[in-house]
Amino acid sequence: MARKDRMSGNEAVAYAIRQINPDVMPAFPITPSTEIPQMVSTYIANGDIDTEFIPVESEHSAMSAAIGSEAAGARTLTATSSAGLAYMWEELLLAASNRMPIALALVNRTLSGPININCDHSDGMGARDTGWIQIYAENNQEAYDNFIQAYPIAEHAGVHLPIMICQDGFITSHAVENIELLEDEDVKGFVGEYEPEEFLLNPGNPIAVGPYSVTNYVMEAKKNQALALEGSKEVILKVAEEFEKVSGRKYGLFEEYRTEDADYIMLIMGSAAGTAKQAVDDLREKGKKVGVVKLRVFRPFPADELADALKNAKAVAIMDRTESYNGNGGPLGSEVTAGLYRNKIMLETVNYIYGLGGRDFTVQEVYDIFAQLEDFIENGNKPEQYQYIGLRK
Amino acid sequence: MSNGFEIRWHGRGGQGAKTAALLLADVAFKTGKYVQGFPEYGPERMGAPITAYNRISDQPIRVHSNIYTPSLVAVVDETLLHSVDVTDGLKKEGAIIVNTAKDPEEIRPMLNGYEGKIYTIDARKISVEALGRYFPNSPMLAAVVAVGKIMERKAFLSEMRNSYQHKFAKKPEVIDGNMMALELTYDALKDVI
Repeated sequence: MARKDRMSGNEAVAYAIRQINPDVMPAFPITPSTEIPQMVSTYIANGDIDTEFIPVESEHSAMSAAIGSEAAGARTLTATSSAGLAYMWEELLLAASNRMPIALALVNRTLSGPININCDHSDGMGARDTGWIQIYAENNQEAYDNFIQAYPIAEHAGVHLPIMICQDGFITSHAVENIELLEDEDVKGFVGEYEPEEFLLNPGNPIAVGPYSVTNYVMEAKKNQALALEGSKEVILKVAEEFEKVSGRKYGLFEEYRTEDADYIMLIMGSAAGTAKQAVDDLREKGKKVGVVKLRVFRPFPADELADALKNAKAVAIMDRTESYNGNGGPLGSEVTAGLYRNKIMLETVNYIYGLGGRDFTVQEVYDIFAQLEDFIENGNKPEQYQYIGLRK
Repeated sequence: MSNGFEIRWHGRGGQGAKTAALLLADVAFKTGKYVQGFPEYGPERMGAPITAYNRISDQPIRVHSNIYTPSLVAVVDETLLHSVDVTDGLKKEGAIIVNTAKDPEEIRPMLNGYEGKIYTIDARKISVEALGRYFPNSPMLAAVVAVGKIMERKAFLSEMRNSYQHKFAKKPEVIDGNMMALELTYDALKDVI
């Protein structure tokens, strides 16, 4: 039986952690993710869970401790944001290459500078090539549901990779909204016990973790890691299928919203997808054939699946909540267009940069973007293919 | 476009406008509605102007942007009227509630020609009488619930007692004072709503 409640995105993730009762949580506080370790500490202090909390002196140490604990055979997680994730950089790569299924609650916040505490995806996108699985949420419900699916994906024998469960800082992390919570025993049953095949504290079967590799084997290790990430796509879908049986809520690599006959599609991630859906409903009432694709799984990147989902559109607005400083487009823009090209799908795209440092993204801006796409196709007014929306006039 | 009933709070850091918005989301949730309550953070310091928002709807709420055309505005600190355009986008058929000792007609000239309803509540007087200290958020919360007709008085008060018992579990001595602040606010508004 599900329970209807209301809570913030951070509360929802902390609640999921309580229900999972993981073995170890090393963490260092940083806005806007601080509430997660704070609330988990309270659960521990109240005796609700027996997770070992390690108060470390930095995020670099948090991820180091997480790797050590996971290597020892303990189910481990941490939480961070922004500069905290950047400070973990070296360890993120180690966690993935040593195939540690650590879960990380990432509450997306911009990277300096200018220094700012609000949401964009520059932290998560900065870590996009570290080998972690990355799943993004639209709201508190999805942050909760994604976190419950994290370990069954990450710990799967064919995957064995760390996983980032991302949500938008303040916009969902600090917003109280309705939510449906699963019963504790349903979550425990779904997530199950962690039984690693190989781990350090296993005297019968000694192993080495993180040893030096001679050149002869480095490429094979990397290829195996890449195959595991690619293979996780199937596991993510399978876990989503199982999750639907418990929760009634359906998840995929991405969500297609009113795209069946859409001429114009907006591809977007995170909380702004909800705003885009509202705008699409409004425009549909006026007879506009528009839709939204909300990307849930950014790593592994579903390039071919997205190309297929977008192929019948006349034009697609690709929305990036980060600047890549490459003069060519945001991460989502670059990767989606590469996938379209490889699949020989030559539709028009415009890559918009929006919402940096918490800049509000509005329903009106979604109207404006769809109007620009329509003007492009109908009247041949070609817009800048890589542009900012929502700049101060 | 329908995002339900939209409320915008203006306060200063430390006055509890954000807490009031979150408590309002709690209260509205108890009436079976879909709710949103969220703050907009600027510089995090005492006294800086802050904004918080609520949406209350019969339908699931998907929009995650700020509120630009609210039906109700709550001004927790009167001095903000000089520096913030609090009625910006406020619907004419909506209303504004200002924490002040002044009458609505004394406030109207400070609202950039706003033509809708104005309610004033002396949250300082009420808070000092009920709690012995100045915490404007409980009176302002009651005023928003009363003016916005979000919940019946009796149900609201019983809900808030539960909520305060949870929120103030470690300082139960302030529960009765806060309850009294809510009641005094209702009494103060009873002739105008």
